[in-house]
Amino acid sequence: MTALTSVSPAGRKPGRQSRIRDWFRGFRLRETWAAYAFLSPWLFGFVVLTLGPMIASLILSLTNYDVIGNATFVGTQNYSLMIHDPQIVTALRNTLIYTVLNVPLTMIVSLALAMMLNRVGRAGGFFRTAFYLPVMTPQVATGILYLLLFNGSYGLLDKVLSFFHIPGPYWTTDPNWIKPGLVLMSLWAVGATVVIYYAAIRSVPARLYEAAAMDGASPWRRFRDITVPMISPALFFTFIVLTISALQTFTQAYTAFFNTGTNNNGQGSSAALFYVIYLFQQGFSDLHMGYASALAWMLFVVIGIITIIQLLVSKRFVYYEGGQRR
Amino acid sequence: MTARPAASGAPTAPQSQATPPARRRVPRIQWKSGRSVFSRAIFLIFLIGATVVFLYPFVWSVSASLKPRDYVFNNQLLPSPFEPSNYVQIWHAAPVLQWTVNSLYIGVLAALTVTFSSALVAFAFAYFRFPGRNFLFGCVLATMMLPAAVTMIPVYLIWDHLHLANTQFPLWMGNLFGSAFYIFLQRQFFLGIPRELFEAARMDGDNYWTMFWRIAMPLARPALIVTAIFQFQASWTDLLQPLIYLHSDKLYTLSLGLFQLLNQYGPSGGGSGQYQLIIAGLVISTIPMIIVFFVGQRYFVEGIVTQGGKG
Repeated sequence: MTALTSVSPAGRKPGRQSRIRDWFRGFRLRETWAAYAFLSPWLFGFVVLTLGPMIASLILSLTNYDVIGNATFVGTQNYSLMIHDPQIVTALRNTLIYTVLNVPLTMIVSLALAMMLNRVGRAGGFFRTAFYLPVMTPQVATGILYLLLFNGSYGLLDKVLSFFHIPGPYWTTDPNWIKPGLVLMSLWAVGATVVIYYAAIRSVPARLYEAAAMDGASPWRRFRDITVPMISPALFFTFIVLTISALQTFTQAYTAFFNTGTNNNGQGSSAALFYVIYLFQQGFSDLHMGYASALAWMLFVVIGIITIIQLLVSKRFVYYEGGQRR
Repeated sequence: MTARPAASGAPTAPQSQATPPARRRVPRIQWKSGRSVFSRAIFLIFLIGATVVFLYPFVWSVSASLKPRDYVFNNQLLPSPFEPSNYVQIWHAAPVLQWTVNSLYIGVLAALTVTFSSALVAFAFAYFRFPGRNFLFGCVLATMMLPAAVTMIPVYLIWDHLHLANTQFPLWMGNLFGSAFYIFLQRQFFLGIPRELFEAARMDGDNYWTMFWRIAMPLARPALIVTAIFQFQASWTDLLQPLIYLHSDKLYTLSLGLFQLLNQYGPSGGGSGQYQLIIAGLVISTIPMIIVFFVGQRYFVEGIVTQGGKG
């Protein structure tokens, strides 16, 4: 856009009007039309599969549509129902607890592993591969492994704990331990975050460490004052992405607690009722499409607010080399 | 620099001695060597421990899938008695082959369509200067943050309206329109191609399509492969979309099929708790992903690093 505005005649300041005129003049260029031709698949998809559905979902949330009958406009009834729905409170609390446990733990474990990878030289590549394999595992498989390995009576984890004389909890049945257990299982798949941190740490210029070592900085100081600031863009990126995905956690918990093979009715434990699971049940099991749309919009708003707070906070803590903000 | 004990750079050819020491590439920093060896050993031990934790569930699964029903949880490394017939049994009890074919079919189609359509869009954003570019690219980035759950219900209603709700089409056709994350990833790559190449092609009278197809696409091959394997993995491991759209077991993907096996052979399902069969299914659904990873390992690392570094 800036390239187009620079053609204004000499002696006259490019005012607002002429800028707009230049902007529209861009549409006379063959290049512009070619660009929009290339963009057309995405533009179509964006309108029909993203923007349209978002608006549709907002409208649906004001109706009582249930697939079978016609949609009737009910105003904000769905939203006032939500306030009094005890299931939502449960789902929201579960999801927030899971996120608050999952995100920092993932970041800390990944950072620790990446720091160690960085110190063992060439062997780092081998370990990186080993850490990445769980990421490839289908999450349904992870959910099943959770049921098997975390089983309180005969699971491997509690066997190992009892070897150290630690009485292991009933991870899969005790409501207090279900979420911590799911978080632990999700840590099995930290590999992707490790790869990001490892790459970021390796790109920190060695001269910074040399200078710090020359000044007698301790390893902790070098970590705190060089490594962390230098990789802060990667930390920040994973912080946001992990939060968004933790708030939408579904597959692992749904597999473990909402199947009909290990739960009599497939209703599972309310300790594992996460927000998207509840949304899915409302929308596609009970066909309360209107109510589910209201749930979806609330999730959108919650995620939006959390992301904006994170973006604001990041301005203080993220260091971009060369000072540019992206 | 000269004060550092010559470690990895020592046994080099004599002509490297002639180059100034500041130019010599020393990949790793050595602190005080005695302490460094010690701490390195500690890190190695930690990492080996972590590797055991990360890999043991795979070993456990393969082992348990080869045990008879009553021995599944005995936690022995080597299955004895050895029961490979679990795999034969699950093969006959459930349409595992059909599910595998379905997963392959959906995964390949999704990967091919999303790679091509995202490349078109990424090329447009990387190469062309046009009004509205910054705004539209902002929209692409915004959709990356958008929770999929928000559009889930209306999108389902669209497919339902088209009478495609109980088919496999919705699982890959949405990819015909590009996907924000891959557009972003490929754009980074297209931006790295020198503009002179395109200008030269224009001088030779190439049109935009030829520039895209004959110059940009071949040069961006790594990014395209990254996109394809990421999407293949995403399609293969997804549960939510198949749960929404696939309602007859002939159409199931392997992930949904595995969930079905858990329903069927879990202790309160109809099959009275045959975990060895479920675990055999788990192994079958995981092995292709492990193969994909080892085939495309370097692309996975590259893709993830691009994603994380440019955020």
